[in-house]
Amino acid sequence: MSVQTPTPALAEYQAPILKIDPAEKWRRLLMWPSVVPLLLWMIVPLAFTIYFSFIRYNLLNPANTGFAGFQNYQFLWGDASFGPAVLNTLIFIGAVLIITVVAGILLAVLYDQDFPGKNVAMLLVIAPFFVMPTVSALIWKNMIMHPVYGSIALFLQKLGLPAIDWFADLPLLSVIIIVSWEWIPFSFLILVTAIKSLDQEQKEAAAIDGAGPFTLFRYIVLPHLEKAIGVVVMIEMIFLLSIFAEIYTTTGGGPGNATTTLAYLVYALGLQQFDAGIASAGGILAVVLANIVSIFLVRMLAKNLKQGV
Amino acid sequence: MSKAAWYKLALTIAGWLVAAMFFYPIFWMAITAFKTEKGAYSPDIIFWPTLESFADVFARSDYFLFARNSILVSFGSTLLCFILAIPSAYRMAFYPTQKSQSTMLWMLSTKMMPAVGVLIPIYIIWQKLGLLDTITGLIIIYTLMNLPIAVWMSYTYFSEVPKGILEAGRIDGAGALKELWYLLRPMTMPGLSSTALLLIILAWNEAFWSINLSSAKAAPLTVFIASYSSPEGLFWAKLSAASLLAVAPIMVMGWLTQKQLVRGLTFGAVK
Repeated sequence: MSVQTPTPALAEYQAPILKIDPAEKWRRLLMWPSVVPLLLWMIVPLAFTIYFSFIRYNLLNPANTGFAGFQNYQFLWGDASFGPAVLNTLIFIGAVLIITVVAGILLAVLYDQDFPGKNVAMLLVIAPFFVMPTVSALIWKNMIMHPVYGSIALFLQKLGLPAIDWFADLPLLSVIIIVSWEWIPFSFLILVTAIKSLDQEQKEAAAIDGAGPFTLFRYIVLPHLEKAIGVVVMIEMIFLLSIFAEIYTTTGGGPGNATTTLAYLVYALGLQQFDAGIASAGGILAVVLANIVSIFLVRMLAKNLKQGV
Repeated sequence: MSKAAWYKLALTIAGWLVAAMFFYPIFWMAITAFKTEKGAYSPDIIFWPTLESFADVFARSDYFLFARNSILVSFGSTLLCFILAIPSAYRMAFYPTQKSQSTMLWMLSTKMMPAVGVLIPIYIIWQKLGLLDTITGLIIIYTLMNLPIAVWMSYTYFSEVPKGILEAGRIDGAGALKELWYLLRPMTMPGLSSTALLLIILAWNEAFWSINLSSAKAAPLTVFIASYSSPEGLFWAKLSAASLLAVAPIMVMGWLTQKQLVRGLTFGAVK
């Protein structure tokens, strides 16, 4: 259960029989079942997205065809919802990342310590991750955040505070809260696994040297978690870029453009307004964003692989 | 009480309080499912439980069709994933070449593609091929989505098998298939089955592709629940009953596979 478990590196398995083995020819075929589908999956749809983004392509108006140059990108740029969508995407991803990482670290520190019933309590904390997005969204919207009967409204009423009409007044924040609830368990699970691999003796030695809990956390625990935090941030970013169901079932991108993200905008342009060309241009932007992130992630995984998986 | 005992007490209270807060929406959904539609709006925890809402869900919707679709899609894609992944994982774990490492990284990099980037072409291609709103259409997508995880996880479990055992088997004259079945299968079963659970969970809960590519015939539970958006969402008891049925089995699976989850979700970067 450590972040870097030293296991034998790939190169060690290079059996000498390899060179003379006639079966090697057949073994190469074993790669095909996974490589061929993934190769198609990687190239074909993306090639079409790029192609569509440069042609006139409306699903309802097949007569209007031809090369469009950068027109689709210009239309997208000029679309009233484009600016807000990019801004919303950045705010949404940024907020969810900060909330999930900070909460994940705090929870990991909390549940790294022993107390009665800890394992059951941990199961309850990670439970939200297994709830399908449409259920999370609707339960939160209708039962927890309902402005009159919702649990939060009843709670605020008990405290004598005014109720909040979450989805009318704070739509983007509401979506951020729901998605954070789903993803905190993910970051918690990874960070608590990482924190467990911290050397106990190191902690004890620091404590003997007179390090208080905050010093300990700042100079020993946090640096140890650095890599795991990096993994959480990068994997979440990829998933958060395509968050869709939570918005689709609660706000439909509204009110106005308040909760329209890049992913939702592509859906709205392509499958509601049927303009495949402009929607594809939006899709390309999402791909570019994701690629910038994934370069870092793949580089880190490659480093890992070289140290032994 | 000593200082240490006070600390332990505070810790226990904090630990359980946080757990209760996180679990509250699920708990609330679970008990509302057993309320009547009239009683659902009251915050009571003690009430006379009824199965009325479940009966309503079954009577008013094609619940079993959606559940069947969810099962077919998640189990079907997982099975297909393993059929495609095992040969490659076997090859890379036991007969690696210089290219194995970069092949694996490339496979993982296919997961970095945001779904929204390929939504439009997939929708159009699926439409042309008649795959829209079919079980096959969803199985293909979910298989491609989960295949890198299946290859990666199978590879890591295969490479944990001590090499001496395979060599002993080879000296005894076991062929590749025998080797796979009698030596590798029993040794890697625990790891592979939790990988299977992880893939099933991911496919079961996937909502981007299911909402966009299926509507009536092949729609899994995610799409069925989405149909409660409004105004049916205001029928709390029915929404809760339908949701509980959709969520409960997969949550139990998730709890069972908790330990392998981290490895699978981070591609082995954290274990």
